[in-house]
Amino acid sequence: MKKDIKCNPSSGQADFCIQNEIEKEKISAKEDQEDKIGKYWKKIILTIFGFLLALLGNYFIPQKAAVEIAVYRIGGLHFDINDNYRIVLLALMICFLLDGIISGKNEKNRKHYAHMAAFRFVLGIVLLIWDIGGTKLQIFTQPFFPGPAQILGAFLEEGPFIFQNTLYSLRLYAVGFFIGTTVGIGTGILIGWFPTVYYWVHPVLHMTGIIPAVAWMPFALTLFPTPFSAAVFLIVICVWFPVASLTAMGIKSTPKQLFEAARILGGGNSYLVFHVAVPHALPEIFSGFGTSNAFAFTTLVMAEMMGQPGGLGYYINLSQVWSAYYKVFAAILVMAILFSFITVLLHAVELRALRWQRGLLK
Amino acid sequence: MSENSGFLQLSHICRTYQDDENEIEALQNINLEVFRGEFVSLIGASGCGKTTTLRLIAGLDKPQAGHIYLEGSEITGTDPKRGFVFQQGALFDWLTVEDNIAAGLKARHIYRRNKEKVQQFINMTGLTGFEKAFPHQISGGMAQRVAIARGLINAPEILLLDEPMGALDSFTRAALQDKLRELQKISRTTMILVTHDVDEAIYLSDRIVIMTPRPGRISEIITVKIPKPRQRGGVEFLELRRELLEKFELASAKPQPEYVI
Ligand SMILES: Nc1ncnc2c1ncn2[C@@H]1O[C@H](COP(=O)(O)OP(=O)(O)OP(=O)(O)O)[C@@H](O)[C@H]1O
Ligand SMILES: [Mg+2]
Repeated sequence: MKKDIKCNPSSGQADFCIQNEIEKEKISAKEDQEDKIGKYWKKIILTIFGFLLALLGNYFIPQKAAVEIAVYRIGGLHFDINDNYRIVLLALMICFLLDGIISGKNEKNRKHYAHMAAFRFVLGIVLLIWDIGGTKLQIFTQPFFPGPAQILGAFLEEGPFIFQNTLYSLRLYAVGFFIGTTVGIGTGILIGWFPTVYYWVHPVLHMTGIIPAVAWMPFALTLFPTPFSAAVFLIVICVWFPVASLTAMGIKSTPKQLFEAARILGGGNSYLVFHVAVPHALPEIFSGFGTSNAFAFTTLVMAEMMGQPGGLGYYINLSQVWSAYYKVFAAILVMAILFSFITVLLHAVELRALRWQRGLLK
Repeated sequence: MSENSGFLQLSHICRTYQDDENEIEALQNINLEVFRGEFVSLIGASGCGKTTTLRLIAGLDKPQAGHIYLEGSEITGTDPKRGFVFQQGALFDWLTVEDNIAAGLKARHIYRRNKEKVQQFINMTGLTGFEKAFPHQISGGMAQRVAIARGLINAPEILLLDEPMGALDSFTRAALQDKLRELQKISRTTMILVTHDVDEAIYLSDRIVIMTPRPGRISEIITVKIPKPRQRGGVEFLELRRELLEKFELASAKPQPEYVI
């Protein structure tokens, strides 16, 4: 709110100054409000405008380079890759418009939306340039940098196949991450709680932990019955190390007084472990999840690129063989969306589980 | 065992700690009897072994010599019969106020049968409305009330309090003292309180145990005969206060020091 309301002493209204100030402040607050709303609308328009330019560019700029604009039949309708691209742009614009309207209701969200406006505008412009450079005029080196319409065309061409491979990756990730974190927390508790286990296992954990999981690939591929289980094994290994060592750290750092308090309250060993040490270690456990999550993505893709019958990594390999780089980009796009979704989900779970900690960290 | 022969008995307790080079005699030949339902304060200079005494009674530590008996049976380890309130509360940060208070019941697997006790203690300690708050969301005074409620919910025969009000401002402290007195009146729990505050000791105690450091010993035990509830500004109160402060040779140095440390 603006506070720079001044009374003009020469206007002879000095007596009413205070009253006026209050009223003026009310008016100015109202103006401020209107001003803010006006500015916010500009941010929404700015956000959408970049994508609108990309859309118009795609529509009006003529196709100069010799690119085959493939046409697909979907449900009786004919789509070419440009139609598809424009639908995606339109969908993006609608999403951002709705996001803008919904975010407008809440101060924090509004600020965030306004903050992101410039970036999103430039994103639209980048799409426009990319479209021109990659498809329309093809100034970029081909076939390595196809335009956005061509990349999205991959989904028209073999959407179900991409979906199938995405599911394969997701399944691999879920199984590997679940087993890895479970085993990791289990060993972490043992290491953190029993000094003997710490003595014998911790050095081993440290030595094996720094080796990138994919180094075990040759063993995994020969020792495990199926490629899937071999890849699961690799993900389990790479998740296990950070989760186990951070869990152990969290448990070891539990203040002695908390254990004493729990004992006095009548808690036995299992209460001390599962109701004192483990909850105390939760922040570390989640930090282990965060680290191993990133490792798991890397291991997952590497494993898929080195001998899996499916998955996004496999799809990249396959596409590369045919020099279909637009498909490589399509797979990368799916990965970006999938992995950020998983990361956001994990973060949401963490915020919920550690809500007792908020404010303590500051 | 009759009401009057030591409910809690400490006989010839010695406890030394081995430092890097020298031995510290934290406690040297401590003899003390505490009666059922009594409120006893331990008071004395820093390092005179007050915390050590409480920890021994709680069973968190063992004496090198001597024995501690509660109702005739020797104390060998911790027991929910002997509650403990730590100086900093030692609350479980990840549990709500309600769950912290219920912790003792849950740890002993008797929560289901005693659910209503939790709300009862929340109300008794004036924490109504903060059931779902986490420790980081409440004030220091409230946190200590949670710690006291958590200690009392197990219905201990004796509650040991190690400077539970040490970190609080004087208003909160006075309010909490009233609360503690009230709680003791209701529950008739025997309480042993470690404090640095002479006023607090006089206000709450039936007897005040004065300890001296190096080596830690009991120098005197004073019976407070002023009828309860006591007036903080009462004549007898101030008289006893002056007497106590003189014993610490501080009364003459400063006319009215707040606390003796
Ligand atoms: N675990 C320990 N290891 C070594 N020395 C200890 C230990 N616990 C206590 N001491 C020593 O024993 C003596 C008595 O300690 P204690 O904590 O009982 O004193 P206190 O009366 O509670 O003091 P304060 O008022 O400062 O809390 C001190 O000199 C202390 O340094
Ligand atoms: Mg102490």
